[in-house]
Amino acid sequence: MFSPLNFRIAFFLAVRQLRRSSKWTNSLIIFVMILTFLNLVIVSGILVGLIQGAIEAVREQYTSDVIVSNLNTETYIEYSPDIIRTIESLPQVDALSARYVSGSTLEANYKSRTDPNEKPNTAGAQIAGIDPVAEDELTGLSRWVIEGEYLQPGDYDQILLGSYLIKKYIPVDNPGFSALDDVGPGSKIRIKIGDVEREVTVKGILKSKVDEVSFKAYMVDSQLRGMIGRNDFNVDEIAIRLKPGSDPVVVRDTLLRNGVGTYAKVQTSADAQPKFIKDIRDTFALLGNMISSIGLVVASITIFIVIFINALTRRKFIGILKGIGINGQAIELSYVMQSIFYACIGSAVGLVLLYAFLQPFIAAHPINFPFSDGILVAPLSGTMLRISLLVFATIIAGYIPARMIVRKNTLDSILGRK
Amino acid sequence: MIEVKNLYKTFKNGQVETTVLKDIDFKIEEGEFIAIMGRSGAGKSTFMYQLSLLDEPTRGQITIDGIRTDTMSNEAKTLFRLSRLGYVFQDYALIPELTAAENVALPLLMQGMPTKKAFETAKKALNTVGLKDHMNQLPSQLSGGEQQRVSISRAIAHNPDILFADEPTANLDNESSRTIMGIFKELHKQGQTIIMVTHEPEYGEMAEKIVTLDDGQIVKVKKSASA
Repeated sequence: MFSPLNFRIAFFLAVRQLRRSSKWTNSLIIFVMILTFLNLVIVSGILVGLIQGAIEAVREQYTSDVIVSNLNTETYIEYSPDIIRTIESLPQVDALSARYVSGSTLEANYKSRTDPNEKPNTAGAQIAGIDPVAEDELTGLSRWVIEGEYLQPGDYDQILLGSYLIKKYIPVDNPGFSALDDVGPGSKIRIKIGDVEREVTVKGILKSKVDEVSFKAYMVDSQLRGMIGRNDFNVDEIAIRLKPGSDPVVVRDTLLRNGVGTYAKVQTSADAQPKFIKDIRDTFALLGNMISSIGLVVASITIFIVIFINALTRRKFIGILKGIGINGQAIELSYVMQSIFYACIGSAVGLVLLYAFLQPFIAAHPINFPFSDGILVAPLSGTMLRISLLVFATIIAGYIPARMIVRKNTLDSILGRK
Repeated sequence: MIEVKNLYKTFKNGQVETTVLKDIDFKIEEGEFIAIMGRSGAGKSTFMYQLSLLDEPTRGQITIDGIRTDTMSNEAKTLFRLSRLGYVFQDYALIPELTAAENVALPLLMQGMPTKKAFETAKKALNTVGLKDHMNQLPSQLSGGEQQRVSISRAIAHNPDILFADEPTANLDNESSRTIMGIFKELHKQGQTIIMVTHEPEYGEMAEKIVTLDDGQIVKVKKSASA
């Protein structure tokens, strides 16, 4: 089948058939191939992107590129000032934010409570003590303020509350979860950390799709440090952003080599992802591939039908070609070449649409899912694999019907006999 | 050159068997121009399809230049048709997506001829039948007579040993038919062996020999008046 002569004749026939056949038919087939390509890439890309969007958001808004946190056996990072100095000395580091984190109980509406038997309006929350400027520079925390204002350095007795700590922002009343009622900017609430209790004013409300933000309360680091008695300046988390092009793994390993691992956990944002997130991403990728496979089968059947009808309506001419001595394999190959042409053009147009329009557009305007801003994940290597699959499927789908028609008796084909 | 012995062709349609050719013995010499005639259903086209290796006889032998064709594989037959036989069909049988020149050049390319030479040869063949100015036209842009002339060009471009023509004038007007027959006469003069099926006595008489079939058997072989 693959003799150079057969290739030559097949190419001769295929080019002319494509060039002189109906432009509408060709356009329609190519359109189907474009849709198939996009289906192959986009369905799984969106499904994976839905989770990837959430992962990216956690990285941007919480962990940054590398996160240093307390060991499981410790309540804080020992020698934090030394560790921060070590981090700042690394050339790859662009910015960092050191955070104090403590569990607390928040109480609202205590002034209006007249009945001592009435259940207090409390909510459990983690409070992060931050340098408002450093944190905003690192994670852009101020972007998520939906009510009131962001913290300023020196904003003592002021607090930012994550929206999930406030009842009106929780869509479903969860029986195992309590939130603050009738609280907004300007409301006074009480914070209790261990034995320390303090009244603060709500300065703003934060709403983000990242739970680590929406379930947290924020106050300035110096005040929280005082409340938790951390006079040694040992913090609980240090989020580190790297300069563009820097490898988080290299930075993590450098910090570990410098002994930081003795006092803290050092993780890249990927390391810090919970396992279930990775599992969900893999599951979605599998699901996407399954759905895409159906698209691939549909496209193969479409090509099969198109080539079959094309070959069937041209059965007489196929018979004539065989009659005048054209090798049947060259004729089959000409149909395979036409299929490859459709698949390649469809994929090429699909590639341009994907990388020139769709991916940049979705990156700029993420899909608004309830728990993440979905992006389109389409790495080039995966896309090329899908193109190979598409081309392979269309080769088979083009070859089988052509073979079925070419195998028929030459004279029967010429005379149109069954 | 062509020797036919005890040739039978039977068609089966379910349980019904119809024998279209019955025990035909016949010889055709090199350079002859044979017209196969007979009434409709006599088996003329079927006979030609057996001789031209487009179909397989049920029984019997066909030998061309000493080569037994009944023992050939399908691939060998295709190659034989490509290199040694030429065909002119009733409905021209041109490939619609190919121009006149491309239709003629295609079998030459399949023979392995370089593209440039194949197209030069095709142009020469088209020139022979007076279609110099129609090289790049598609079959749909040509009249019936012109299409049949392209078909003849394709059949003769590779200098076949035998030219088969199945009712070549059946779809043509008188003027075009006479042109086609004129081309056949000219080819015959140059020594081309031609086997033509026709039901028109006027054109049958232009051949050298007329073979008449009836009910699947040769009932008469006569020299034509023009011979």
